[in-house]
Amino acid sequence: MTHAVALIAEDARRDTPRCLAIVPAYNEEATIAEVVFEVLDFDPDFQVLVVDDGSSDATAACAEAAGARVLRLPLNLGIGGAVQAGYMYALDRGYDIAVQVDGDGQHDAAELGRLLEPVLAGQADLAIGTRFSGIREYRAPLARRVGIGLFATLVSLRVRQRMTDTTSGFRAVNRRGIRLFAVDYPHDYPEVESVVTAARGNLRVCEVPVFMRPRAAGRSSITTFRSLYYVVKVLLALFVGLFPRQPLVTDE
Amino acid sequence: MPVQLFAALASVALLGVVIELIRARKLRERYAILWLATAGVILVFAVWRSGLHELSKGLGIAYPPNALFALAMLFVIVLLLHYSTVISKLSDRSTTLTQRLALMEERLRELEGQPKQVPQLRDVNRRP
Repeated sequence: MTHAVALIAEDARRDTPRCLAIVPAYNEEATIAEVVFEVLDFDPDFQVLVVDDGSSDATAACAEAAGARVLRLPLNLGIGGAVQAGYMYALDRGYDIAVQVDGDGQHDAAELGRLLEPVLAGQADLAIGTRFSGIREYRAPLARRVGIGLFATLVSLRVRQRMTDTTSGFRAVNRRGIRLFAVDYPHDYPEVESVVTAARGNLRVCEVPVFMRPRAAGRSSITTFRSLYYVVKVLLALFVGLFPRQPLVTDE
Repeated sequence: MPVQLFAALASVALLGVVIELIRARKLRERYAILWLATAGVILVFAVWRSGLHELSKGLGIAYPPNALFALAMLFVIVLLLHYSTVISKLSDRSTTLTQRLALMEERLRELEGQPKQVPQLRDVNRRP
């Protein structure tokens, strides 16, 4: 069989893209099963991968019982490390599409169709579900909205494209995005920075307005106590990101 | 000058401790080099008085022992910065190891679970 024929055969076998839903979760036993069910309700062909970020509760067991595969991180890495582990899994197993859905239930899996549209159509490599650019307005506390606006402005300047909400963790990427994020994904509070990472990796980024719910249970990972560190850390990352950097080598 | 005597004794003691740590394999040579350089430079200027005077005159420091402290401080700052980079590297590596370990465990679980599962026709035919 020639190479071209093999490729066509490969295409025929996989006319539908293989999709992975990455769900980072840290002590979310109350909501995780519901999140898994919702994704499977949206499309039963999705493989749901819950990344249990060193939870001390029954998150992993609940997720497994609900029908998800579970990556159990032996240590708590924070959301960045957890999400990246999901992208590594997607790369290892050759998934075509990966979506990111938070384990706390604030992302509505019914909106996945809207989110996936530009990626499946080949118009974008990374689609970010935002709560501001339309539909029902999400009411965040004032301080938070100011922060989100500030990051959005700075990132827009950096990536030379208008962004309204870069803090959203509701995302979809294609193979290019999976490949990039599996080797280069920011730590700690990764959402804002990863948009810059994507732009630096020449991904086409777009925003998709979606409806989001307030948190069903648990608390935001960003407490008031840590918010100052969050803001300073992200600003520093954005500032340093202005300088050209040598391409990331996986291991020194 | 007692300050210089103290500095000389302290740096000799530091040299001794660092060398002993290397000998006992509790400190890698790679990380010891900066410590040896610090102790060495302080020892040199503590003993070599005219050198220290020239140095402090050049830096515009009126009281020569202060030049010694400034020098020691500079080396300590360089050491600390170096350790911050080492810690960052270690934490990046432990992150990667944690991720790889979780991926391998999941794969292992999958492989161990497979013989028990009877492949279901429904699953095979799921995708047209």
